[in-house]
Amino acid sequence: MVLQRFVRGLLFLSFSLLILIPNAPLKAAGGIAVPSQEWSFSGVFGTFDRGELQRGFQVYKEVCAGCHSLNYISFRNLADLGFNDEEIKVIAKEYEVEDGPNNDGEMFTRSAIPSDTWPAPYPNDNAARSGNNGALPPDLSLMVDARVGGADYLYALLSGYHDAPEGQEVADGMYYNAYYPGHQIAMPSPLSDDGVEYSDGTAATINQQARDVSAFLAWATEPNMEQRKRMGVMVLIFLTAMTGLFYVSKRKIWADVH
Amino acid sequence: MADTNEGTTRRDFIHVASATAGALGVACVAWPFIDQMNPAADTLALSSTEFDVSGVEEGMAVTIVWRGKPVFIRHRTQKEIQEATEVKLDDLPDPQVDSDRTTRPEMLVLLGVCTHLGCVPLGQSATDPKGEWGGWFCPCHGSHYDTSGRIRKGPAPTNLAVPPYKYISDSVIKIG
Amino acid sequence: MSEPKFNNSLIRWIDHRLPIFTFMHHEMHEYPTPKNLNYWWNFGSLAGIVLVIMIMSGIVLAMHYTAHVDHAFQSVERIMRDVNYGWLVRYIHANGASFFFIVVYIHIFRGLYYGSYKAPRELLWMLGVVILILMMATAFMGYVLPWGQMSFWGATVITNLFSAIPLVGESIVTLLWGGFSVDNPTLNRFYALHYLLPFVIVGVVVLHIVALHRFGSNNPLGIDVRGNQDTISFHPYYTVKDAFGLGVFLILLSAVVFFLPNSMGHPDNYIPANPMVTPAHIVPEWYFLPFYAILRAIPDKLFGVLAMFAAIGVLFILPWLDRSPVRSATFRPIYKVMFWVFLFDCVALTWLGAKPAEGIYVILSRLFTAYYFFHFLILLPALSIFETPRSLPKSIGKPVLGGGGAAMAAAPAAPRERS
Repeated sequence: MVLQRFVRGLLFLSFSLLILIPNAPLKAAGGIAVPSQEWSFSGVFGTFDRGELQRGFQVYKEVCAGCHSLNYISFRNLADLGFNDEEIKVIAKEYEVEDGPNNDGEMFTRSAIPSDTWPAPYPNDNAARSGNNGALPPDLSLMVDARVGGADYLYALLSGYHDAPEGQEVADGMYYNAYYPGHQIAMPSPLSDDGVEYSDGTAATINQQARDVSAFLAWATEPNMEQRKRMGVMVLIFLTAMTGLFYVSKRKIWADVH
Repeated sequence: MADTNEGTTRRDFIHVASATAGALGVACVAWPFIDQMNPAADTLALSSTEFDVSGVEEGMAVTIVWRGKPVFIRHRTQKEIQEATEVKLDDLPDPQVDSDRTTRPEMLVLLGVCTHLGCVPLGQSATDPKGEWGGWFCPCHGSHYDTSGRIRKGPAPTNLAVPPYKYISDSVIKIG
Repeated sequence: MSEPKFNNSLIRWIDHRLPIFTFMHHEMHEYPTPKNLNYWWNFGSLAGIVLVIMIMSGIVLAMHYTAHVDHAFQSVERIMRDVNYGWLVRYIHANGASFFFIVVYIHIFRGLYYGSYKAPRELLWMLGVVILILMMATAFMGYVLPWGQMSFWGATVITNLFSAIPLVGESIVTLLWGGFSVDNPTLNRFYALHYLLPFVIVGVVVLHIVALHRFGSNNPLGIDVRGNQDTISFHPYYTVKDAFGLGVFLILLSAVVFFLPNSMGHPDNYIPANPMVTPAHIVPEWYFLPFYAILRAIPDKLFGVLAMFAAIGVLFILPWLDRSPVRSATFRPIYKVMFWVFLFDCVALTWLGAKPAEGIYVILSRLFTAYYFFHFLILLPALSIFETPRSLPKSIGKPVLGGGGAAMAAAPAAPRERS
């Protein structure tokens, strides 16, 4: 009887949970269905693929970074991708950042160090707009959480540039994209076959680059994801055991009632 | 537990196990809630500072910031070095020879935090009181430091600390 | 109520001067509780625990959060990326808010089903409604703090509700904002109040419990407790039962915190607030959706706002709308059906609140809104007159185990084998 009630309670809870998740990413903004991809980082035990992340980082660095900032990532975070301290210092040194004021009150530039955040391509939003036909290239550090569909959507978008179908008007300075809401996007197709040269020998097709950079942005969005899932598995195992003990205790104590 | 009645023993054991599991759970949850107060990753990443000491001329002192605290860099005169090296160790509350406190004798690098209760001692600028031994003087509770930053008089228990630093080039030191 | 005996002399010394141990013994240990409570009665104490979880995680977040329009979003990202376990604490707090509402809504519907709002528990019920309103205010202001797009536009839309008030509406909105749009002064005061209100909730919860302990818990039969044979001591019976319920709750919360942490949020809130661009489809958090649906169902600004507030306000007078002397729906054949219809109505309103305000959704919203008020204002008073309840049992405690009921109530914690 008690168990039956409990099962009914659980059913109700799961039912409430179901109706509470109306934002499940089945359809991206604009009602366009996005095909879902297999990612190494999806699922309860998902982890990032370091090779994929490093390739994606290369795509970001050589392609996206020209227009898109990555404000919440510091050079030191690259350790997550498998780079060691020396490699990170070398990568950071390639960039100039503004610092100051110095003792004379002047701002100056110096080469970046691991604790610096990724330098933005434009000093401010207005400069970014004026450099891009009035459209603002968004910051990419939270892209996967900030778009319905997450990494699936980014992959679909980056590999979704086609010629506009018959009858679809595309405005001046806009480009047709199968997955962008409204199908007209101000960003021209950023990727091209062999647009980057992967050091691990992977063929740099558009789809491969789109995949790699989407995975990289999934990492950039939530660098702690692996820690979160690892901890989650342990917590759930512990809680299940604890709750089981509580249930047995409860049965014992209540055995005399009724 | 000493109860020989088997049913009772098993029952007690279950309750003890339950209570232990609950206590363990609370203890595990406590750690993240405490550890969050420790320095965050970005704070730790900022824990080293580089400084070019070539601009500090003899007799001059500058104060720079390391980990949010002042670091005293003093280019000592020959007279100051002499005073610092000639003092007898027996006269020091916290005996330490001057050469243990410097990498290059002329360039003294100290954490500018009084070892008594954390005030910043005076003595960096020309007009500051420098205490009876010509080093630094802490105005909060009257500690006197000598030209090697060693405590000579007052309530401070130890010498001014020397931060971890090294010369990464001829003129640039890296603190931290 | 016997005076407890404490073995520890220090506890005796303190208790003689400050009787907190006696108080705790009376209210949390021997507190006589109906023996027939089912698992739906777990949600009251569970809500109390969730409140504690929310306050603790919230204080941690406050240690790292910066309430300034230029830094708020960034400080939240710093919590997520750099603060030790910051992501964990924030996900607990953000999802904990949703779970808090799940728990409290179940608690409320349990009260509706079993008639827990009826005499002599009217004030207990009304204090609960006060807690609900405070929770809503707190949740709303908390959602503004990360200063994402949904934060900003949620704040704009909800504060604009007050502009519906005739004559002084605009001035009130300006007052709430501390300026001419939602901006830094608004963020700062929301932060101050978001920190304050949970402690006000704690205060009202204390009153809620004081009122509860005056007559004790209602029970699934809805009949009064007749004596010791109907009750058992709170500890260990209900402490262990609540602990088990808490375990189940924590499993569900952890599943979401660790594996679906953003499922109850909105992607747009990971875009920093931009006062120049409204997101295409703005929706409030799910727990506001039924009220949001009611707001949008009425094609008039003032009356829409009034209807929305009335939807909560009507709960205050519920004890006087439902005059049936029988509490539990178990013995009210018609009300029992109407309860499920009403629950369906609320779920439907939640669903409609998330839909765009166009076409069939508008018509359905109006229908379900009308039914919401019909249920409270017409159906319940009418049922009080026309419904014939089934006959009530004489008492809760039927003699079990050969009269063991009375013996057990006398020595509740003692295992029977020993006697």
